Amino acid sequence: MYSDKVMDHFKNPRNVGEIENPDGVGEVGNPVCGDIMKIFITVKDNIITDAKFKTFGCGAAIASSSMATELVKGKTLEEAWEVSNKAVAEALEGLPPIKMHCSVLAEEGIHKAINDYRKKQGLPEWEEKHPHSHDHGEEPVCEH
Amino acid sequence: MNTLPDYKNIMVHLTYSKSLRKGTMTEKRIIYLDHAATTPVKPAVLDAMRPYFTDHFGNPSSIYSIARESKKAIETARAQVAKALGAAPDEIYFTSGGSESDNWAIKGIAFANRKKGNHIITSAIEHHAVLHTCQFLEKEGFSVTYLPVDSSGLVDPQELEKAITDKTILISIMYANNEIGTIEPVAELGAIAKKHKIYFHTDAVQAIGNVPIDVKTQNIDLLSLSAHKFYGPKGCGALYIRKGVKIDNLIHGGGQENRRRAGTENIAGIVGLGTAIELATADIGGHNARIAVLRDRLLKGILDTIPNSRLNGHPEKRLPGNLNISFEFIEGESMLLWLDDEGICGSTGSACTSGSLEPSHVMLAIGLPHEIAHGSLRLTLGDANTEQDVDRVLDVLPKVVAKLRDMSPLYHKSGKEGGCNVQ
Repeated sequence: MYSDKVMDHFKNPRNVGEIENPDGVGEVGNPVCGDIMKIFITVKDNIITDAKFKTFGCGAAIASSSMATELVKGKTLEEAWEVSNKAVAEALEGLPPIKMHCSVLAEEGIHKAINDYRKKQGLPEWEEKHPHSHDHGEEPVCEH
Repeated sequence: MNTLPDYKNIMVHLTYSKSLRKGTMTEKRIIYLDHAATTPVKPAVLDAMRPYFTDHFGNPSSIYSIARESKKAIETARAQVAKALGAAPDEIYFTSGGSESDNWAIKGIAFANRKKGNHIITSAIEHHAVLHTCQFLEKEGFSVTYLPVDSSGLVDPQELEKAITDKTILISIMYANNEIGTIEPVAELGAIAKKHKIYFHTDAVQAIGNVPIDVKTQNIDLLSLSAHKFYGPKGCGALYIRKGVKIDNLIHGGGQENRRRAGTENIAGIVGLGTAIELATADIGGHNARIAVLRDRLLKGILDTIPNSRLNGHPEKRLPGNLNISFEFIEGESMLLWLDDEGICGSTGSACTSGSLEPSHVMLAIGLPHEIAHGSLRLTLGDANTEQDVDRVLDVLPKVVAKLRDMSPLYHKSGKEGGCNVQ
């Protein structure tokens, strides 16, 4: 059911792990829904020089985290913010419809990490275009 | 993807594997541990079926001699099924499988007896063929009680008795659960139904060949079964209907199956079902004892080597081949993908394989938190599995779990890394 690219990033995930003293961290998802992503970034001169992740989730969630961190590395924060869930899914040569939320989670994880960095820098946070599609509050509702 | 090129002890598959090897198939050994999903057809079963595709293809409803041969074969199979259940042959009706049998039993009883009442009792952990049929009937004006189960998956007979009203017309409780393997106290539940003069149906799809069944002493009025769960073909099943039970037809048409189930008979399938059920119930104690020993070895090995793992379902009252274990901090589908990569076939109650984001209703009904339900792994052993298979899983699985835990943010949060945190 998964593309070769998804299986490649699932079996050989890029950028797994944590960054010590990261400049930004974004955690999204909920264990109730079966997926959590934690994205760590290092930022130098407005450029994401390193990105790592830890993910609890299915094959698509792990592959999306891997691909998303690959896509944002070396990009400016503005460019990284524009990396959409569609771009993640396309880079993975497609995701099954039921798994598209995994790529949404990856996009949101990156956004959260960037805003965490901006907050720490005393800068205003950027606004989500499609806010909170998967990042739940007190009572999580698992949706696609 | 792998098929079953090396499925040991199954001669038919070995024959097939030779032709597969000429092609592009890999030679990787497959360890099949998903017998609750389906089983391969046994060579003896296939041999019995084969003539009915070609030589004895006659329509049993016809008059000429090749048709009489088909008719005879169906009646032989009916007697084989009846014997396996302790029923009379004319109480056995062939269907297209477990789902049809469940649909027929529940809708057939409901519609034929709605003047008597509109209440049905079932359990929260039934197969979807039962649950979704009951939900359909709720839309048709019936009311359904879904009995809860305890943390091991058992229905409480007292709860059943309390749920009975003067409108109750059917009780449907599965014989054994497909996910966690828990065996329900069917005889006791059936006795309660009998005492209150309510029809008792059991979905025994997982139980046939695994547990001795006797419909008379266990007070069963209707029983569903499916051939492909006990080394028979897919697309063929049966419904036992005790003589005298008032039930409507589900499939309308010709006069087959004593005018109760229309449609030209799946002769080869029926012959396969008959042979398979005879083989599956012949030495039921012996082969299940062997499988249970392997299962227990696998269970002990997993619990001993993988911290934060737990058995789901009842420790003793469970199907001999069923193992269902939850691993904290990781998700089931990613486990399955890694196991598949090592040639090991299993299944999970996690949402990610079900087409929704909710974990299995069975896992939630036994009270597992969502995150633990997402980390469940079901391994179901069968006739061809060996000690070597078990040892191979015990070699591979701890590494898979460690690998996934290592990338799980939950694992570190919990502070339970222990010695398992392998880079």
